[in-house]
Order: sequence, then C-alpha cells, then structure tokens
Amino acid sequence: MFALETHEITRTFGRVTAVDAVSFHVGEGEVYGVLGPNGAGKTTLIKMLSTLLPLTSGSAQVAGWDVVREPARVRASIGYVPQLISADPQVSGNDNLWVFARLYQIPRAERRQRIREALEFMGLTEVGDVLVRNYSGGMIRRLELALALLHRPKILFLDEPTVGLDPIARDTVWGQIERLRKEYRTAVVLTTHYMEEADRLCDRLAILHHGVIVAEGSPTELKSRAPDPSATLEDAFVHFVGGSIETGGSYRDTQRTRRTAIRLE
Amino acid sequence: MTAEPVRAPAPSLGFGGWLYAHFDRTYAIVDYEVRKLRHDPSELLLRAVQPALWLLVFGEVFSSIHVIPTGNFTYLQFLAPGILCQSVLFIAIFYGIASIRERELGIVYRFLVSPASRVSLVGGKALSASVRGLSQAIIVYVLAVALAVHPSLAPLDVLGVLVAVVLGSCLFATLSMIIASLVKTPERFLGIGQLMTMPLFFASSAIYPISIMPAWLRPVAYANPLTYLVDAVRPLMIPGETSLFPLGVDFAVLFGVTLGLILLESRLYPRMAQ
Repeated sequence: MFALETHEITRTFGRVTAVDAVSFHVGEGEVYGVLGPNGAGKTTLIKMLSTLLPLTSGSAQVAGWDVVREPARVRASIGYVPQLISADPQVSGNDNLWVFARLYQIPRAERRQRIREALEFMGLTEVGDVLVRNYSGGMIRRLELALALLHRPKILFLDEPTVGLDPIARDTVWGQIERLRKEYRTAVVLTTHYMEEADRLCDRLAILHHGVIVAEGSPTELKSRAPDPSATLEDAFVHFVGGSIETGGSYRDTQRTRRTAIRLE
Repeated sequence: MTAEPVRAPAPSLGFGGWLYAHFDRTYAIVDYEVRKLRHDPSELLLRAVQPALWLLVFGEVFSSIHVIPTGNFTYLQFLAPGILCQSVLFIAIFYGIASIRERELGIVYRFLVSPASRVSLVGGKALSASVRGLSQAIIVYVLAVALAVHPSLAPLDVLGVLVAVVLGSCLFATLSMIIASLVKTPERFLGIGQLMTMPLFFASSAIYPISIMPAWLRPVAYANPLTYLVDAVRPLMIPGETSLFPLGVDFAVLFGVTLGLILLESRLYPRMAQ
C-alpha cells in the first residue's frame, strides 16, 4: 500500500492554476521531496494533501483515506509542519505538546509518557518547561517536529523544514528526519529550495514548475538525465525548469519566508 | 514510539464517545488559554481600570444630576449591571485579534490539521474568552460592593449572572472571530471592532433605559444581543430591578445567537489556513 497517492489533483485560485493535474505516489517509509522555484505550487500541494485546502478537481488518498470524503481520518493519520512557525511562543514546549496530545485524543494514561518520548527524541528534554519564545530557531523546529509526531502519524508533511536555520541547526533537523525514517518508517513529504537538502534526504524527488511535475526520480536519476554527465542536482534542476529568471512567488510568499527566517534567527 | 498509525476515534465508540471527544477537545482549548493567561495575567489587571472609571466618574456624575429615570433604585444601581455587561462586551469584541495573531504566526495551521472538529475548536476558543469575561464580572462585583450598590450575593443570583457572562462572552468573542476570519489585516480588524463597539454599547439598555431612546433607535436596541445580556444580569444583580423580558427569554436569545454564531464561525475558521 502507498502512504499517499494522488490522481490529477488541481487547485485554481481565480484564473491562476497553482497545481495542475498532479499525480504521484509515496511509498511507506519513503522520503519524497518536492523541489521547485518560488511560486511553483509546493505549498498549495502540501495544503491540499493535509486537508487545509479543498481540491478544485482530482482525488487523493492519504494513509488510505480520501482527503475529500474523510478529512478527519486523514488528519488523525498525518503530521504537518508548516513553513510558518506553528509552535505557540506564549507557553512552554510541554504545554504546546499537552494541548495537542489532547486534541489528538491520545489516551490519558499514555499522554505523559508520549510527551516525554517526543521531547527526548527531539533532544528537548531539558527545555520542556521553558517558554517557547526563549527557544533558539533549531529548537523551535525540533519542537514542531515533536508536535507533528506525537500521535505517531503514518505520513509527515514538512513545508520547507529548514528555511532560516543556520547550518548546524539544519544538520540536526536533517539527522532527526533520517532517524525518523529509519526507526519508525514514517513516510515524509517535504518541500525545499535547497539542493543539498533534497540530495541528502530524499529517496525520490519531484521537480514542480508552474504547478506541473516536470521531472521525477531519485536524485541520481535526475542528475543523470541532465546533458552534462558530471551534473550536480542544481544543474539538473536548472535544466528541468528551463533556467529562466524566476517569475513566480508573490509579495506575500516572500514576506512569509523572510518572516519565518527572521523569527528563527 | 512505534510506526503504528493512530486512526481517528472509531465509529464504534458510539454517540457517547463522539460527544465525549467533542467536550474533551473543547476543554483542552480552554485549559490551554488559561495556561497562557497564567503566564501573563497583566491584561486582566489592566482591564479592571475601565469599569472602575465608568462607575466612579461617569456613574457618580450622572447620579448627582438625576437626568436618567431609574425608578426606585439609584442610578449607580441601574448602571453597575450595565457596566458589567459593557466590560464583557469590550473584552470579548477584540478576542478575534488572537486568531489573527495565530494566523500570522502559523499556529492556526496546527489547530486545523488536528482531527478536532471545527465546532470543538471554535467552541473552545469562545469559552476561553469567557474566562476573561468572568474576571471582569468579579471586578465589577467588588467595585459594586465598595460603592454601596448592594448587589445580590445570593448564590443563585450570582450563579445566574456568571452563566449570563459566560454566554455573553462566547457570543461577542465568536462575533469577533467571525470578523477576524473575514478580514485580511489586523488594522482592518481593529477598525471594524471599534466601529461595532459604540453602536452595540449605546443602542442597548446598559447605561440608560430603552424607554428614553428616540423611537427610531428602539428597534436597534431590541435587535442588539447586549440588550438581552443586560436584561438578564440587571434583575439578578439588583433584585427588584425591572426587566423587559422574562429571564428565560433572555437566556434563550443569548444561547440561540451564540450557537448560531459558533456554527457560522466553524464554517469560516478553516479559511484562516487557506
């Protein structure tokens, strides 16, 4: 069984088609990367799969449930870390985890244990009682991962998980994602701009351009399909998206990315 | 941790289990808001200033000039329940700013990808607002006792006032969240909130009886939920005070409007993540 499967999912905003008849699947325990320039439709795609945004047409099954007909069941089976910071700075890491343990209806007897495990897994045990506004950028991202994993989802959606992190924090987050896949076989769908991230983490990649998947395959396959035999993933990316100067991404997207980056500093 | 996925509560739990999940999640949200207030209670203290000013300055001045007919009671006795309800309105009508903040930060995404029903999420937030409303009620009661307004301290009367305050807080907080779901910027939200506050306040029986209003304003007052809140609170707080409608009608109107607004907002709230 696939962890996720989509059939020609499409989303339009007025006259703009953000995601255009995209079909792909992700296997259990697979890390699948969606790579694309700004405004390619990456966030729209993730939002549709995590039930935040209705589909204009097409269908998708996530963890075996239909996103349109059974959104509550999809929500119970997925974890999602948005590009914006979703941990609440006004309360402690523990309190953030506590409220979601209850929203996910984790049995009363197990809550404390699960919260402790989640903090431990993400290396946050020491700072569980500290207000999140006093966390560093890397700690915030790791807390968000802990929040997304609390209910042991089958699939994790990560929207630009390392945007705005310094190289050391980025490396730690990458390490956690790798461990997650290895130890729990959680499927991961992540979007990214960073070639290094895609190359290191992803089993397979889709290059999304103007809402369409223009290339799909393992990082090695994509590199081998570029004309130059010694191509890097970046060369391959430029080859597939046409190397044109970027035209996508709105003022709002840019503002969001920068704000997240600034807040994680 | 294991890779075992957790499914949504199975239908086999039955109606009881479904209902329990709803209430438990609603309560989780309330508990969360209380934790936030515990970290920063300064807002609640700051909020005590306004009702104090209304009672001490406005109330004392208007008492001394005897322009507002208040029957057998002093003007301060007429005014105190009105100021209690006004404080509830003022603290709840800007509650939506919390939703806007959650949208700007990204917290709203996390709530909306959780399997909690939208009604539980909105209901929980509405009830959280009533924690602030209740703190206002306590402040006004203390002021009322200090100013010799002689509010009723009979347990049933106080309980009635508290229930009315919870309903009123939920009602105006949900109205505020509806506005927050519809507007794009905090500036516009504050503008609309400000615009609504004054008509809601002045076209009600909070600071003068409806009977002295010009004829054209009276229908507005009767369509104003604040009128029903004041009408419920006044005779409970000051026994013997007259009211326009029986208590049952006031509570039914408050409950019905609150429920309608919560259902409407649970349809609008998911827009915050789109």
